[in-house]
Amino acid sequence: MIFVTVGTDLPFDRMVKVIDDWARRNNRRDVFAQIGEGGWEPEFISFSNFLQPPEFVERFKSASVIISHAGMGTILSALHYGKPILVMPKKASLGEHRNEHQTATAKRMLEMGNLNVAFDEDELRERLDHLDQLVQPKRIGDAASDSLVAGLRSFIFKGC
Amino acid sequence: MIASSTAGQRPKVLAIASGGGHWVQLLRLRPAFEGCDVVFATVREGYRGDVAGSEFRLIPDSNRWNKFALLRTAFAVFCLIRKEKPDVVITTGAAPGYFGVRIGKFLGSRVVWVDSVANAEELSMSGEKAGSFVDLWLTQWPQLARPGGPEYLGNVL
Repeated sequence: MIFVTVGTDLPFDRMVKVIDDWARRNNRRDVFAQIGEGGWEPEFISFSNFLQPPEFVERFKSASVIISHAGMGTILSALHYGKPILVMPKKASLGEHRNEHQTATAKRMLEMGNLNVAFDEDELRERLDHLDQLVQPKRIGDAASDSLVAGLRSFIFKGC
Repeated sequence: MIASSTAGQRPKVLAIASGGGHWVQLLRLRPAFEGCDVVFATVREGYRGDVAGSEFRLIPDSNRWNKFALLRTAFAVFCLIRKEKPDVVITTGAAPGYFGVRIGKFLGSRVVWVDSVANAEELSMSGEKAGSFVDLWLTQWPQLARPGGPEYLGNVL
């Protein structure tokens, strides 16, 4: 199963349209998308506007590949569950987000070598045709880095 | 005025964030709260199950584009902090978390801003603003740390 998600609320038609078209051309019935509110509705793949967190987790766990906007919540979940993830950054210049941080984050995370990025629709089409070549992520644990946890504990318990 | 914790007492922590990635990141800080009485506050009822066994409070969501919603969130956060009197307020953003640290500071809590890991090239707007008054100001990217600015101690990865 391929699980597609655009994040919590804002739609991401540019990504969903490419995926819907790809699925139709390849007769892929194993794609499910969470598409947000008020956007374009897919014609071929099944979808939901919003998923309650437990259903989101179930969809996530049972997926073989995650395709999503470049949101850190989804990226962290993919790394936690060890799922290959292909992200496409939302662009503020196209009204998809409030600033361009998704492109910046995607570049940085790409340097760390743990995810796959399609910066535009053409790259997305290309990557969809070769999903078996996605980078398999190194799994991350349940929690933040030890140094961050230790710093916060020191602040909470010792005040510095 | 909020009494600070004394020896032998469990510190009370309010951990507050909006939804999506902010909430996911807040959850990943949980080992820092072991030995504390923690109240989690966020904007979606559906997240309650993520912190089963801990106190959970729902607050109305908002962002900086809707002034009325911002006021409603601020008022809810004010009431929450007045009631819970946390020793420490910690947030990973965004607007509800900003109110958490702003109002928490005003009411006598010690407050922490952990800027989202999604901000790799510049701090979030609320993160920049929070820097002027928070007790601990953190970025999750070393290249954004600077003297007189946010510190880097690690990240949620």
